[in-house]
Amino acid sequence: MRLSHVGKAFANGTLALRDLNLAVRPGEFISLLGPSGCGKSTALRLLAGLGSPTTGELAWAGDPTLSFVFQEPTLMPWRTVFGNTYLPLRLRGMGKAEARPRVMAALAGVGLAKFADAYPRQLSGGMKMRVSIARALVTNPALLLMDEPFAALDEITRGRLNDDLLTLYQRERLTIVFVTHSVFESVFLSNRIMVMAARPGRIVADIPVDAPYPRDREYRTSETYNRHCRLASEALHAAMAEAADGH
Amino acid sequence: MATEVALPEPLPGFPRFRLGWGRVLRLALPLLVGIVVLVSWEALVRIQGIPVYVLPGPLRIAARLASDWDTLSGSLLVTVRVTLLALLAAVIGGGGLAILFAQSKWIEASFFPYAVILQVTPIVAIAPLILIYIRDTELALLFCAWLVAFFPVLSNTTLGLNSVDHNFIDLMQMYRAKRWQVLWYLRLPGALPYFLGGLKIAGGLSLIGAVVAEFTAGTAAAGSGLAYRILESGYRLDIPRMYAGLALLSMTGVLIFTLLSGLSWLLLHKWHESAARRER
Repeated sequence: MRLSHVGKAFANGTLALRDLNLAVRPGEFISLLGPSGCGKSTALRLLAGLGSPTTGELAWAGDPTLSFVFQEPTLMPWRTVFGNTYLPLRLRGMGKAEARPRVMAALAGVGLAKFADAYPRQLSGGMKMRVSIARALVTNPALLLMDEPFAALDEITRGRLNDDLLTLYQRERLTIVFVTHSVFESVFLSNRIMVMAARPGRIVADIPVDAPYPRDREYRTSETYNRHCRLASEALHAAMAEAADGH
Repeated sequence: MATEVALPEPLPGFPRFRLGWGRVLRLALPLLVGIVVLVSWEALVRIQGIPVYVLPGPLRIAARLASDWDTLSGSLLVTVRVTLLALLAAVIGGGGLAILFAQSKWIEASFFPYAVILQVTPIVAIAPLILIYIRDTELALLFCAWLVAFFPVLSNTTLGLNSVDHNFIDLMQMYRAKRWQVLWYLRLPGALPYFLGGLKIAGGLSLIGAVVAEFTAGTAAAGSGLAYRILESGYRLDIPRMYAGLALLSMTGVLIFTLLSGLSWLLLHKWHESAARRER
């Protein structure tokens, strides 16, 4: 999957992205890290095929299954946890009996098998996000796109979901592009961090994080982790200073 | 994710229909008020010696209701029939139009103003014309009642169909959902609470529409609905029977409202905030 020289201008004249180049290789966990308004969400939406670039082009290898996890859980309140997770398969015309094992496996993957019959209203914020992830994974996507999925959650829930996402990443051999504005989250999760600057949105640094998985609590306090946090942090500050100078 | 989630236990439940003290009082207090009013009314009529052709007491009205039950219940049936058919037509017509409007902004823009014009023109003013053009009286009554009732269903459902969260639209697009799938899996269930709100209003309006149309039809609707009975009793200065007819109409309205509220609760209590009860 590749974005080459992609630019995106909105109808109001805002240049959201300029000359963005990004190649996603299978098995990568890429974080798009940047301040608000740097176009990282716009880039993710372009990857998802939601909207088309004004300039440049997107190239997919074949016709891959994509999944998207929004910042909000985006669950249909009238469908149960099972019903929400089943939806993507239902839309493809798969019957309930056939889909059941896959849906239940996806729910078990996020630790929510027991809650299949609950309605979203009954769940906590973290649980809702887990359902949202299960729904994204039920189609076995070639590429999972996540738009600040944990930003609205409290620190403790966020930490647990980070751990669990990495477990899923390894077990299911996922390819993930993850948008975040947290340096720590990006260093903990990904093996490649793309730092973005705003106005116009562009990639200013490409930082590989070569620490091996599985990563656990020990990694969070390791020297490698710290070093990468400092690197990413500096790149981010440089990007923000540059943007500030430009105005 | 190896960790099984062990979170809110027990899971917050659904509001259930419980008969607690609060609910008993909620039923008992208005009943008590009603009884006090009725007793005072009866007492006033007797002590003051008010003649029956000015204000009959509730006992007198009840007696009249019982003695004329055969005629009145027949008329009630006619009115209820028109009301329910009009409500059904309002659901089909209003809901169907709303779905059509949701297909394209331009269809909505072209036709919505006319729906508004139909709604704001007083039914009493249109009814005589309708009665001239539609020979079959029951059909004419039905049309009048429908005209009043369909608008709340149309406008509420249209609002509901258009109030879908953009993330959901993106989600459906990502899953390459077809147009009918977006309607069936997303827009229609999302519009349900709005539709039910409109339905509750339409229930009362279809009864009003039916009665107004009957009044306008007057003697043309010979021997038919309750409104006609009230009109007829008025000509004969049969005040108790007028009250009896009125009481039946009110009770019908209350019953329709109760049934529609029940339906709404049944469909929404598991997921919608309006029907959910919070524990504090």
